[in-house]
Amino acid sequence: MSLIRDTWTMAQRSLRHTVRSMDTIITVLITPIAMMLMFVFVFGASFEKSLGDVKYIDFITPAIVIMTVVSGIAYAAVRLSMDLQKGIINRFKTMPVAPSSILGGHATSSTLSNLFSTLLVLLVAFLVGFRSNAGIAEWLMFGGLTVLFTLATTWLALLFGLFAKTMEGAGAFSYILLFMIFLSSGFTPVDNMHPVLRWFAEHQPMTPIIETMRSLLTNGTIGDSAGIAIAWCVGLLVVSYVLALRIYKTKTV
Amino acid sequence: MKEQSAITVENLRKSYKKVEVLKGVSFSVKPGSIFALLGANGAGKTTTINILTTLLKADSGKAVVNGSDVAKNPEAVRGHISLTGQFAAVDDILTGRENLELIGNLRHVSNPAETAKKLLKQFELEDAADRKTATYSGGMQRRLDIAMSLIGEPSIIFFDEPTTGLDPQSRNNMWETIKSLANNGTTIFLTTQYLEEADHLADKICILNKGKIVAEGTPAELKKLLPHGQVELKFQSQKQLDVATKLLATNETARDDEALALTVTTDGTVAQLTKLLTQLENAKVEVIEFAQKAPSLDDVFLKVINESKGEKS
Repeated sequence: MSLIRDTWTMAQRSLRHTVRSMDTIITVLITPIAMMLMFVFVFGASFEKSLGDVKYIDFITPAIVIMTVVSGIAYAAVRLSMDLQKGIINRFKTMPVAPSSILGGHATSSTLSNLFSTLLVLLVAFLVGFRSNAGIAEWLMFGGLTVLFTLATTWLALLFGLFAKTMEGAGAFSYILLFMIFLSSGFTPVDNMHPVLRWFAEHQPMTPIIETMRSLLTNGTIGDSAGIAIAWCVGLLVVSYVLALRIYKTKTV
Repeated sequence: MKEQSAITVENLRKSYKKVEVLKGVSFSVKPGSIFALLGANGAGKTTTINILTTLLKADSGKAVVNGSDVAKNPEAVRGHISLTGQFAAVDDILTGRENLELIGNLRHVSNPAETAKKLLKQFELEDAADRKTATYSGGMQRRLDIAMSLIGEPSIIFFDEPTTGLDPQSRNNMWETIKSLANNGTTIFLTTQYLEEADHLADKICILNKGKIVAEGTPAELKKLLPHGQVELKFQSQKQLDVATKLLATNETARDDEALALTVTTDGTVAQLTKLLTQLENAKVEVIEFAQKAPSLDDVFLKVINESKGEKS
């Protein structure tokens, strides 16, 4: 019980930090929204030809959602790194509070604020023409997958935050994830890619996750990548969680 | 005896890579007392405090805090201690009140809001309660820092150089706070570079030099390590100084011809002092100035550090 209570206490602290740094919220939202508008209105027309009767905005919305999460979780790494460089972490460490509550607080607040950003981005997508065939069940599954993906990448972010020497460095790893979105089926079907890139795109986690989200939202069915998508997320979550906690505990002053 | 100690440390050792920071440190702290670990920069004070507060693991040796071994049962130790580090450990994005409520919630006090309110009043932070602590002055951050350390009524509070970088006014306030905590039964463990601070506050002092305890005792006991009962006598003329020097040759003396002064070491008793002055009076040597030289803690500190240097070479 006290584990959950302490985690929530720490999450509230981290949420206050988030709400009080409006600039970070805007930064998180601007990149995916600008990308979405650019892809739809600049490249959209030429891409749409290869998609048959699928609208380009419908095609890229899952990738935009993933991009929102990826730019959001970077701040979890930055905030943790900020804590580690200030005296307050020693106060927490010398109090009867579980390490999993301290890291879990960051993870919880990151997940909640990313869900909020995702909702706003989806709203903008609707405004520029995104439409979905998903029913309530599909939307719930989409939400569940988004939460799972956010949790997994947040813990990965915390792991990087523990390693980073500076606050700026802590956020840098999200560029790798951002790059992986571009090298997936997020913005263009993999059939159009060079064989080497295509092989990479087909075997990296972003593709099955984006494909599953797209299938849920556009076709209203779960599709055939859901198993792989969930396996990637759960695997990443477990490995990052275990490593992050171990490193946090052995990290000395 | 050991069960009665708030802190017991036995033969603690710690090295960073190849540098040995603690070379077998042992001491004990009585419950409700103020204990000062005195030493220069790099003596190993912060390393000791980090081991005792479970932040760092010792290489060998044993440390028991409030009955629990810090290495084997750190969770039990954390329930009874608070650490006030060298730099204020406050969250500068939160307000003073939010900082206090945060710690209150984590310590599971029954009413965090009420606890925060009380402490804000006690530490005269009510006016700034709802401002971000980033806007606080250094002194205010320190006060908030201590207020946060008091939540949950820890039985032992660790202060790592509590007055380093404080102005004299804030330093005096800090001393008052530490004293009143000890008066209410809290055990205080503090590290300091200032002899004056240790002398003023501590019930017991350990002098740490290059990872070793080189002296320990009450301030009075440490002062006794120095030749005590030294008196300085001043005379009117060179001739009188000569006579006095001869007369008191049985004692250890040091003469200063320029000042016409003679420093005489006695055993500190009134009897010997009286005898000495009677001898001079009988010989018609007039003492124009008489001063008792009390050894200061500074003298002790320098003496033990010089001695431990001598041992090495």
